[in-house]
Amino acid sequence: MSNPSNLKYTASHEWVKTEADGTITIGITQHAQELLGDMVFVEAPAAGRKLKAKEECAVVESVKAAADVYAPVSGEVIAANSALDGAPEQINSDPFGAWIFKMKPDSAADVAALMDATAYQAIVDSEAH
Amino acid sequence: MTLKTTPLNAAHRAMGAKMVDFGGWDMPVNYGSQIDEHHQVRNDVGMFDVCHMRVVDAKGDGVRAFLRYLLANNADKITLPGKALYSAMLRPEGGVIDDLIIYFMTEQWFRIVVNAGTADKDIAWMKQQAATRAPNLTITSRDDLAMVAIQGPNARAKVWQVLPQTKAATESLVNFQAADCGEYFVARTGYTGEDGFEVMLPKEKVEAFWYELNKAGVKPIGLGARDTLRLEAGMNLYGQDMDESINPLEAGMAWTVDLKSERDFIGKAALLAHPPTRKLVGLVLLDRGVLRGHQKVQTAHGEGEITSGSFSPTLEKSIALARVPNGVQIGDSVQVAIRDKMLAAQVVKYPFARNGKTVCSL
Repeated sequence: MSNPSNLKYTASHEWVKTEADGTITIGITQHAQELLGDMVFVEAPAAGRKLKAKEECAVVESVKAAADVYAPVSGEVIAANSALDGAPEQINSDPFGAWIFKMKPDSAADVAALMDATAYQAIVDSEAH
Repeated sequence: MTLKTTPLNAAHRAMGAKMVDFGGWDMPVNYGSQIDEHHQVRNDVGMFDVCHMRVVDAKGDGVRAFLRYLLANNADKITLPGKALYSAMLRPEGGVIDDLIIYFMTEQWFRIVVNAGTADKDIAWMKQQAATRAPNLTITSRDDLAMVAIQGPNARAKVWQVLPQTKAATESLVNFQAADCGEYFVARTGYTGEDGFEVMLPKEKVEAFWYELNKAGVKPIGLGARDTLRLEAGMNLYGQDMDESINPLEAGMAWTVDLKSERDFIGKAALLAHPPTRKLVGLVLLDRGVLRGHQKVQTAHGEGEITSGSFSPTLEKSIALARVPNGVQIGDSVQVAIRDKMLAAQVVKYPFARNGKTVCSL
């Protein structure tokens, strides 16, 4: 599964989708879910929480391990995907569809400055060696 | 450092395994979904590469007497040929060098199966003890042998389909008994809480055996599911639930330590001098989250610690083994520190699941 070109990415394996209203939707990449394996628990941040870029704000746990999810940019949490509470395996089956939380970023420029799919793929490839 | 490989390494890769460094061995963690693999073993049959574990043969007159002194469990308990016994091997100070299985074959031959990570240390210790107590014994690391575990309710039938020549000798085996069928040593043992066999065979034959089993419908299972299966079955993992710093009586191993007979064994005096103050219990998490090793457990009798924790695919809840103060009782409510929260868990009697079913009650 390739990384969709309409998304932005972080080195910590989050994907970021910019919505029409300027808010962003965040999940973890195909590469991240593959490393972690079968997901069994997701803890998303509460709406209203203010986050700084790179702040730990969510946790995804597979049978194997727990991993932190980081805020890709500074801003405020506006929604968490409660559907994942009962079905965390959606992250395995549809990583780029199963979003974890949404934010209102402080600055659109911060979002624009994130990596594109090509730059992110280079990071994934370098980890494989 | 170059990782060690088993003779099945190429087969794992061909079957799509995700490989990981497991204590210096390049081993399959899963071949897709670890949860699917777990259910596959509980409900049908799966096979595990356990070639990294070590087979050791102890041979010669007096081998039983030597093992009676070497091990915490009493070798005299096994008198039926092929019968197996689980035991700890202890330091004189009482800590666990390893947990292992011995098979009584003849009064001149016991077979021992030890953990991968401790094999060299174990063999050195056995030889050191034998040098003074039983110099005529030979202790041989069987590096020429491979081992595959076939586990699940349909495991024995699949092995008989692939190795029909072993059926007559293995059909009547009771649980924890083995038969020496020439090239194939077939034991009704395992590490999953399911019925099945562990088959030892010449290394050069193991890849063909693996593919034959697969052709017969036996799916490969990785170390990920092996860990959740053994945890549900309430089986200890060396290095996690106990090690050389841990008294076996504080690791749920009292049933394997024979302190009643007159027999002396290495570590006995230390165990008698230091009665246990902690014990191993099962935990089921009531809140949402996942229990993991080293998380702290708050009880009414003081603090404890999780030794092994994960998500149980059978219970669909998080479960753990935890070492807690002796006063803690089955049914107690405890709190587990997970990141910045204290989550509610209940103390339960383990095993959690065996033979395809949940066996602990909340």
